[in-house]
Amino acid sequence: MDVAPPLVSRLDRNADAGNVVVNIGPSHPATHGTIQIVAELDGETVKRADVHCGYLHRGFEKEAEHHTYHKVIPYVDRLNYCSALNNGFAYAEAVEKLLGIEITRRCTVLRTLLCEYNRIADHMTCVAASIMEMGAMTAFLYLMTVRDYIFEHLNHLTGARLTYSYVRIGGLARDLPEGWLARLEEILVFAEEYLERIHGLLDRNRIFIDRTRDVAVMTAEHALNWGFTGPTLRSTGLAIDLRKDSPYLAYPELDFEVPVGINGDNYDRYYVRMCEIDESIAMVRQCVGLLSDGPVSVDDPRVTLPAKDLVYTQIEALVHHFKLVSAGIVVPPGEIYVSHEAPNGELGFYLISDGTSHPYKLHVRSPSFVHMGGMHTLLEGYQVADVVPTFGSMNMIGGECDR
Amino acid sequence: MTATAPLSHEAIEHELGRLIERSWQSFGMTVLELSAEHLVPLVTGLRDKFDFVLFLDVTAVDYPERSPRFDAVYHFYSRRHNQRIRLKVRVPAEQPVVPTLAGHYGSARYMEREVHDMYGIEFAGNEDMRPILLYEGFVGHPLRKDYPIEREQPVVAYRSPG
Repeated sequence: MDVAPPLVSRLDRNADAGNVVVNIGPSHPATHGTIQIVAELDGETVKRADVHCGYLHRGFEKEAEHHTYHKVIPYVDRLNYCSALNNGFAYAEAVEKLLGIEITRRCTVLRTLLCEYNRIADHMTCVAASIMEMGAMTAFLYLMTVRDYIFEHLNHLTGARLTYSYVRIGGLARDLPEGWLARLEEILVFAEEYLERIHGLLDRNRIFIDRTRDVAVMTAEHALNWGFTGPTLRSTGLAIDLRKDSPYLAYPELDFEVPVGINGDNYDRYYVRMCEIDESIAMVRQCVGLLSDGPVSVDDPRVTLPAKDLVYTQIEALVHHFKLVSAGIVVPPGEIYVSHEAPNGELGFYLISDGTSHPYKLHVRSPSFVHMGGMHTLLEGYQVADVVPTFGSMNMIGGECDR
Repeated sequence: MTATAPLSHEAIEHELGRLIERSWQSFGMTVLELSAEHLVPLVTGLRDKFDFVLFLDVTAVDYPERSPRFDAVYHFYSRRHNQRIRLKVRVPAEQPVVPTLAGHYGSARYMEREVHDMYGIEFAGNEDMRPILLYEGFVGHPLRKDYPIEREQPVVAYRSPG
């Protein structure tokens, strides 16, 4: 049989004769994502690395061109599936801006609240996975416990644990169920208690420090050059955060800090994420205080589905529902780039409408993909054992990276 | 961030106008249209004069009825002006080549590979044009409008490791 290698890496051909070329992934127990790293090793040191992704590619952008605007929402959820709400809100804002719709006050605050709530879960996933791979099982289980409470709680709100499909163009699928905010405060208190334990277990832990301090160091210039954004960029000391710099949703009203690191190493990336969780918890509480009564969706028949009780009893509402679902909403022609501060970095949606019910073009600027393009610079020069912690500290999410 | 005066497209045109064919505002973002041969000087100017240090994104758009057929679309971020900017370069289907930005921004290497996968646009000077989201042996460019969504490619046969 004529066989071709899965990936042609230049390292296979031009590696130094005395060095060993090792393949890690794409399906490897230590990489919590489908990513392939071909590393040229001199002893235990990575001399050069070739990072290859795309194993989870499922044609998101092509699919989006063949679906109506509302039907893209479930696909959007599956980009960064650890914080699916953030993806949905960024996408919805792009469509709403083209439509010229202004969402309601309650929706703005709720979206902000949920963005930060989901960010807590996402950062916890990242920290939990990366320290688990370094052997810290207790800290992993603590964080996973909190994360699971959050997911169960979001399940109560949306009906799904990970891929919520909760956003709607012009609003949200439904309002908060009864008792949701009381449970929210319980979980936040619980999270704070467990985060204290994580700090106690890790911050001054000799093993953890030895594995992460001064590993995969980068400067701010280096980070900008390679397109890093989000906590990875802020770990180098640059306070670049879309929530502060170009505030969207209710962020202008919130009081929060942008935590930054000093060295840009794996320890700083861990610590920036932990501090961001603290900020997010404070922001969720502020959002609860800002919540006012009112509708969660705009009253605009062009985009908003009629209430279910009307659909089942009135022919006009039934026809309206049918038209919105089958024909979709019509978005005026235009192009827009909307970016939000997703937990991993700048998540941008570049949307072009040609005036029909389908996007003409929907491109995702996904932070993970760009991060993978620069990750080899953080692997080279360090030990092969550092590959996994460094990869973990980037929090690459396959769904978002490969789309 | 220290707040500075917002950067208008007139200010950019004043400095780099000879490289720009057209400029306008779209939803608060400055858009510059230019031809491919001016891309590298313009990007150099934007980076050095206006601090556009973060290369965010590159993608393309296919207009099959139009000539030239493609738009290559770039997004940059300026730290000093806290502003994003969009660059559009028209790319003909007969000769789909634009110069690479890999010499200016490391992040260009990966992102240009994706555009090459999806639209078949070459980035002259980027020496690494292997498939990134697709696989070796994939035929065609799936985000071109004439690539049917239901087209199936043969399942990759088992490849023994060595």
